[in-house]
Amino acid sequence: MSPRLTRRQRRRVSRGAQYAVLAAAVALVAVLADWGRLAQQFAQPDLAGELFPDIITTALRNTVLYTVSGFAFGLVLGLVVALMRLSSIAPYRWAATVYIEFFRGLPALLIFIFVGVAVPLAFPGTEIPGGTYGKVALGLGLVAAAYIAETVRAGIQAVPRGQMEAARSLGFSYPRAMVSVIFPQAFRIVIPPLTNELVLLFKDSSLVLFLGVTLDERELTKFGRDLAGQSANSTPILVAGLCYLLVTVPLSLLVRRLEARTAVERPWR
Amino acid sequence: MEIEIRGLHKSFGDTPVLRGIDLEVARGETVCVIGPSGSGKSTLLRCVNLLEEPTEGRIVVGGAEVTDPEVDIDAVRRRIGMVFQQFNLFPQLTVAGNLTLPQRRVLRRSKARAAEVARENLARVGLLEKADAYPAQLSGGQQQRVAIARALSMGPEVMLFDEPTSSLDPELVGDVLSVMRRLAADGMTMMVVTHEMSFAREVADRVVFLDDGVIVEEGPAAQVVGAPRHERTRNFLDRVLNPAAPRSPGAVSDEPGAGGGPGSGGGPDSGGGLDSGGGPQGVSDSGRG
Ligand SMILES: Nc1ncnc2c1ncn2[C@@H]1O[C@H](COP(=O)(O)OP(=O)(O)O)[C@@H](O)[C@H]1O
Ligand SMILES: [Mg+2]
Repeated sequence: MSPRLTRRQRRRVSRGAQYAVLAAAVALVAVLADWGRLAQQFAQPDLAGELFPDIITTALRNTVLYTVSGFAFGLVLGLVVALMRLSSIAPYRWAATVYIEFFRGLPALLIFIFVGVAVPLAFPGTEIPGGTYGKVALGLGLVAAAYIAETVRAGIQAVPRGQMEAARSLGFSYPRAMVSVIFPQAFRIVIPPLTNELVLLFKDSSLVLFLGVTLDERELTKFGRDLAGQSANSTPILVAGLCYLLVTVPLSLLVRRLEARTAVERPWR
Repeated sequence: MEIEIRGLHKSFGDTPVLRGIDLEVARGETVCVIGPSGSGKSTLLRCVNLLEEPTEGRIVVGGAEVTDPEVDIDAVRRRIGMVFQQFNLFPQLTVAGNLTLPQRRVLRRSKARAAEVARENLARVGLLEKADAYPAQLSGGQQQRVAIARALSMGPEVMLFDEPTSSLDPELVGDVLSVMRRLAADGMTMMVVTHEMSFAREVADRVVFLDDGVIVEEGPAAQVVGAPRHERTRNFLDRVLNPAAPRSPGAVSDEPGAGGGPGSGGGPDSGGGLDSGGGPQGVSDSGRG
């Protein structure tokens, strides 16, 4: 290339090169992959048809239930941990920090196995209320709470100091100022990251696989894998994957819109 | 005596900020506190309603000792209104919501009563028609007047103002000051930290000059602002009133307004010329020229 190129020419060449690489990659995959075998293994329309309605009424339904119960428990616990983290009493702060670092530092799978094995051992005779749903809520919730706590703490701290001072100078007690003035503002800040957390939990609910569940308690991943095994064909996996995307993609798009909106609204004083 | 401050000391860590303040404000009196930035004016005001905890000393407001460890501080604060430089309106609430929420939650007033008091006070600051607007839709001057109305809605006996016009565009300062002037005329007890010398001269019953954590000079506005006795007071007033004047390096302190120029936000340079009643010091020079 001649060093005489203008800036615009150089930009055009660079763009052209990037498109060429992309086209080459697509062509390579298209030519080299064995599409026939793939289609046979993953896209059998009649097999896919047999999955319905169970994959929706049982598997997707359970995935949603596990996610929602884990999120609800995680939200309550996360809120408590966040407030401990912001407490003026040092031992509370330490406990919160230990909790957060512990559960963020371990694989969620390990926590699940722990909940499934250690809890029944430690408290013999006692059942976690709600059966499998309770166990899942506990496992997912314990992990989610650590992340939610950090999100909520950041949201509370993002509210300008002057807001608390104004509330206190009007005669609000500290807890009442928190509830009436700070939380509503922090809430708007944390909605997008909390929705993101919900998407993560939705996928992590697949870890139920390792708890041992009855047929009626299967969620998408276990359901897909079981049926793929029975039919010696992977079509159910593909359909289960599409079911995940059906929920996660719209949620992610929603998060983006919420983030764009708060970015515009934020010239708050 | 509405406010009584005795032997007030305040340190942040090892740094003394207030070093023995004695000050009284009588009922219905307006006292302006002036002084260079960093001299402790905000800290003094914030000690009065215990946003800062005094290190030492005694403060009594309306007969209740604020510094008494047993005091119900929320009850005391209800009787002390405070207006901040940054307005600090609640952004998620409308103007009406800003005025009614504290009445409902803190004073437990009925919805109807709170709304009625809110309307009265919005009318007082001339913003009745903005009741349904959100703070972000208002100009700085309007936000500050809403903040004053919000404080007044709690029925305070004392009002504290911490540089209420310092973050306003110069053309909006006048509206806020005229609200404050009317409040003073109505007999409110007020402590006002300000760099608006014409306001101090016209409205204040007394002016207190604070420097380096101590009261250097105190007396009628005409004396402290018009004919200061102390060298430090003279230097400070000279810098505030003639920010653009050339100065020998020794006389220049860390005062942000010292360099002159309207860019120095929060400095004492804004809007002195907008007020009526210029005095012998040539106030019109202090406006952004
Ligand atoms: N929370 C705080 N922690 C530490 N230092 C502070 C704090 N608040 C104020 N100060 C210091 O106290 C001094 C006086 O501050 P302030 O009362 O805000 O002065 P003024 O309002 O007169 O400009 C300044 O030097 C400031 O840095
Ligand atoms: Mg200040």
